[in-house]
Amino acid sequence: MSEPVIEAQNLTKRYDGVPVVKGVSFSVAQGEIFGLLGPNGAGKTTTILMMLGLTEVSDGQVKVLGYDPVREPLQVKRRVGYLPDAVGFYDNLTAAENLRYIGRLIGLDARECEEKMTAALDHVGLHDVTDRRVATFSRGMRQRLGIAEILLKDAQIAILDEPTSGLDPQATIELLEIIRNLKQRKVTVLLSSHLLDRVQSVCDRVALFSQGNIVLMGTVDELGRQVLGGNFNLDVEAEGSGLEARFKAIPGVTGVEALGPNRWRLKTDRDVRSEAAGAVMGSGGRLLRLSLEVPTLETIYTRYFRGEQEAGRHAA
Amino acid sequence: MQREGSPWQGVGVVARKELSDHLSSVRMLVIELLVVVTGVVVVLVSLQQIRDVTAEDPFLLLRVFTRSGEQLSFVFVLTLLVPLIAIGLGFDLVNSEYNQRTLSRVLSQPIYRDALLFGKFLAGLATIAISLTAMWMVVIGLALATLGVPPNGEELARAALMLFVTIAYAGVWLALAMLFSVLFRSPATAALSALGLWLFISILWPFLSSHLVNVFVPASASSADELLNTLATHQAVRRVSPGALFGEIVTVLLDPAVRSTQQSQLAAMGLALIEPGSIPGAPLPLLQSVLIVWPQMVSLIAGTIVLFVIGYVIFQRQEVRA
Repeated sequence: MSEPVIEAQNLTKRYDGVPVVKGVSFSVAQGEIFGLLGPNGAGKTTTILMMLGLTEVSDGQVKVLGYDPVREPLQVKRRVGYLPDAVGFYDNLTAAENLRYIGRLIGLDARECEEKMTAALDHVGLHDVTDRRVATFSRGMRQRLGIAEILLKDAQIAILDEPTSGLDPQATIELLEIIRNLKQRKVTVLLSSHLLDRVQSVCDRVALFSQGNIVLMGTVDELGRQVLGGNFNLDVEAEGSGLEARFKAIPGVTGVEALGPNRWRLKTDRDVRSEAAGAVMGSGGRLLRLSLEVPTLETIYTRYFRGEQEAGRHAA
Repeated sequence: MQREGSPWQGVGVVARKELSDHLSSVRMLVIELLVVVTGVVVVLVSLQQIRDVTAEDPFLLLRVFTRSGEQLSFVFVLTLLVPLIAIGLGFDLVNSEYNQRTLSRVLSQPIYRDALLFGKFLAGLATIAISLTAMWMVVIGLALATLGVPPNGEELARAALMLFVTIAYAGVWLALAMLFSVLFRSPATAALSALGLWLFISILWPFLSSHLVNVFVPASASSADELLNTLATHQAVRRVSPGALFGEIVTVLLDPAVRSTQQSQLAAMGLALIEPGSIPGAPLPLLQSVLIVWPQMVSLIAGTIVLFVIGYVIFQRQEVRA
């Protein structure tokens, strides 16, 4: 893995003494898409604001591209693009005017700004509405305009806060595609979301936030193994006799649970779909359905917290 | 700890954008209308009077500003109108960035918060300066056209100084409006608070202050010194209002015969201030007039700076998130 571009160590934020982010540590490598996931109020946005130097760090430290956002905020902000949660633009200005303002704030000269702006608006599919006032834009268009701003800036890191919230499914798919394209442009992407499954598909690694802590971190597969203990659930629906015993005999199956007439759930430690199908065929029965439950972030997350709660109850 | 980079970076960009926002807004249209209409009406009324009253006044042009036609002088209208314009431009400068959710996006660009606040203030002040200069030119132009007497250099210099002081007076109110726009997240609350304070300070305070002083300082004055002392106390308390400062400055600047800011009050009591060796009613040179009200002029500018700094400090400590 290449050099980390964001490194947080024991990053802490307290508002009036109340900790909101409680000493999180993580690092993001060059070129990866890193997801900060968790429910609202878990401390994701606060963590992001600390990385940008937009709010003070109470404790610990963070380095972005080797710069300290507390001491060198301009260096950080010059290289990092930020798309805030529910991004806003000046409604009385057009898309182009909004971007031009940002271009001037960055310090681009007029011609460079126009060229980059046209390219950026093309890239996010807003070239037809360049001269329309932003007041008429939908939520999805605003988000895309926000990404155009990051492109205009030639940011090395894009920090996207809840980029897909409030978008319809089609707009979400389009936006996720744009985010994937950012990765192809060698932009490191850090995104936060409370919609676990939507972003699961784009993230290389994720950190799950809960109440100001990172409780889990890694690739989705790693987390699945970690939390679900490498357990797969295989649901089988089949007609035949003595099937349950045959399932139990398959190597790797740790338990068989009858869900109803002709329906079973097999607990396994690996993918045994073909063996299960063979078992049904061998008994001369009919196989009606065979489905392997792939671990999603949602199940990992809920399972993890159920486990936590139970552990808490035992301790109490 | 030393911050890297310049706090001024981006000020020009912000100011330019804000200025173009102001100039193209409907609000500006209303302000311009207000400015032109009041300017024309007040001047026409006072011109009527001036033509009736005097033909050989050496400072005819300046009379246009001060002469009360039907108890309504141009200066008095300015005292009330300028704060209104300033509040109208300033009450949503900062909180609108929060409400449009643009603040965090703009502040994630390589600029400091200083640039945003300062750029907005400069743009607001420039907008007011443009409006007031336009009004000033309307007045002078109308006066020239109707009086038919060319103004002398000193008159123009005094009138120009008065314009400058008016802009400084607007600065105080703009800084106040901006402070409220930092304090209150809702523009309506900010506007109402600023207007409330304006009403209190401009209209109620002059009455209230003299009552307050009368409570603490006995009104009976047996000697001239005591009388002047009492007057000075009244003045000092009244000067809490920037309008009082503005009034004092303009009275002295626009009337070369005025030798003291207390002159009009003394005159109201049927008294006159006669300094030894001076000729009553003789005009003062420009520099002398300026020296009389120099403290007041400095106070106006200082007031602007103090209000701006308070707003600045609060804004620096505010969270970006609403």
